[in-house]
Amino acid sequence: MAQQLASRRIDWVGIFFAVVLTIVIIFPLIVVGTWAFTNVWRWPSVVPQEMGLRYWNMTLARQDVWTSITLSISLATMVTFLSAVICLPAAYAFARLDFPGRNVLFFSFLVGQAFPKFGLLVAIAGIFLQLNLIGTFWGVVLIQLVGTLLFMIWIPVAAFQGVDRRMEESARDVGASPLRVFWSITLPQAGPTIAAAVLLTFVNTFYETEGAWLIGAPAIRTMPVLMISFINNQPVIQYGAVLSVLLWVPSFFALLFARRVINSGSFARGFGG
Amino acid sequence: MARLQIDGVTKLFGSVKAVDTFALEVGDGEMVCLLGPSGSGKSTVLRMIGGFETPSSGVIRIDGEDVTRGAPERRPTTMVFQSHALWSHMTVAGNIGFGLKLRRLPRAVIREKVENVLELVGLKGYGKRQTHQLSGGQQQRVALARSLVLEPKILLLDEPFASLDQHLRERLREEVRDIQQRLNITALFVTHGQDEALALADRIVVMRDGHIEQIDRPDQLYREPQTPFVAGFIGTMNMILGEVSNGAFKGAGITLQAPIADGAATLAVRPEALELKPKATGDAHIHRAVDFGTHAIVDVILPGDVRVKAMVPPMHGFTADQKVEAVPQQYTIYRDNKVGYRSTQESAAPAAKSLADAE
Repeated sequence: MAQQLASRRIDWVGIFFAVVLTIVIIFPLIVVGTWAFTNVWRWPSVVPQEMGLRYWNMTLARQDVWTSITLSISLATMVTFLSAVICLPAAYAFARLDFPGRNVLFFSFLVGQAFPKFGLLVAIAGIFLQLNLIGTFWGVVLIQLVGTLLFMIWIPVAAFQGVDRRMEESARDVGASPLRVFWSITLPQAGPTIAAAVLLTFVNTFYETEGAWLIGAPAIRTMPVLMISFINNQPVIQYGAVLSVLLWVPSFFALLFARRVINSGSFARGFGG
Repeated sequence: MARLQIDGVTKLFGSVKAVDTFALEVGDGEMVCLLGPSGSGKSTVLRMIGGFETPSSGVIRIDGEDVTRGAPERRPTTMVFQSHALWSHMTVAGNIGFGLKLRRLPRAVIREKVENVLELVGLKGYGKRQTHQLSGGQQQRVALARSLVLEPKILLLDEPFASLDQHLRERLREEVRDIQQRLNITALFVTHGQDEALALADRIVVMRDGHIEQIDRPDQLYREPQTPFVAGFIGTMNMILGEVSNGAFKGAGITLQAPIADGAATLAVRPEALELKPKATGDAHIHRAVDFGTHAIVDVILPGDVRVKAMVPPMHGFTADQKVEAVPQQYTIYRDNKVGYRSTQESAAPAAKSLADAE
């Protein structure tokens, strides 16, 4: 009886939060999604007059859209790969070794994030201009690599620090070399959290626009940069909407993958240590 | 199956001497316990034998071979860690087989060895489980199996049962002792629990502040502690400060024969060696009496507010505030951190008798 009463009680606070979150998160998505599949939608109608795939056909028929998709994917992949190669050993060193200047260096990754990013980028663009890196693939790779350092150092450092040293010692004890310990014990233990960092890096790089635009323009146009120029230059809303939905696809798959790889505690562990 | 020789090993952490000129020989198939309070350096000694710390000076030999500076993976030792330190991304069989895999043994041999050792530690058929599916005791058994399967010359155990509850701890330590004796492994065991040390060890090394206080058989250690520290650390010991003059110790209303030079001294009496006699008048009285079924412990307050414990048979009839006389039957008098005089059964008896007569 008491149980029935309890189960019938309505949780108004919960419902309130659900509604607010729905309005804030879902509603804009619905609007963008609707625009992407609208052929004609004139004021003051609440629903589109005509829906269809006309703008999808028009968008996907454009050569620059396809070039930018391939470019964005190869850029993000390359940046993530390089970032992992550079940052993971560095993160291990930060987590396990003690060397002079360790704390200053570690903190400097944060300081880089504290500057107004655009000012920093303009300064770097000046240097890149002299090195003939402006408007090149590798120029953009370099600039985006800088942006990944925070995630790819700080999260893996916490992940490596979270691995119990005695696990590593017991592996040495049964006969594993230090390298083997890293490969067979430390990396698998820190794996889920590092996977989270890699994923975040990929998604962040994929959507990065400031560096890509400042260093890459005009020759290198990534998908988000193309979308911005569509929105700025075209009076037709649908182009931007279609590209938004297109851009949403890779992050959706990334998150699906993330749900499989990452157990719920990993992100928290990565940030909390 | 090996001899271990530790010769004058010192370990400095910065300027702190964690271990100070430690020397010990462990014979073939012997089980030695390192016993001491936390911070006494016992774990550091074990970690130096295992290769996880390098001695600042001194030599460690296993079967005559100098291993002082060898890496852990090159030593014929294996260690069972306090936190079991199982690799949670591997199955039970994966954990146990990892060391064998590193030795490039054929897969069939590995499987057989893993199954045998699982049976040895009482976990037959658990090979495919994940480590987090096991209870604390089972996890510690897996850690033990992981060490045993490599057939180490010396097995090191670093407070392996510290995280387990009392009953499990007692059962597991008996099993470990059985396995160690059956396989005749040379083993070193670190613990801060005296019960564990007394139950397991052939010999016990009592450590304090990085140095050895005493190395002895468990029964010897209990009966003939060489320093007041050992006396207080192993079992319960009543310590009474006093003065020796003219061959007699006086302190807290107790007078005893003590054929040593005059001066300050400490009297040490086990609760079971302290006899209580009811008395009509006097300064000593009972504070509390607790019956444990097999025996009872009586707290007595001696003159000068010195509190001591006496062990008496159950159903003793003593009550709080009752006036008593406390008579040591067997005692040791310490001076300058050494034994000054130790009574024998015969020498203590007349002293007690004379006191009884005085009553």
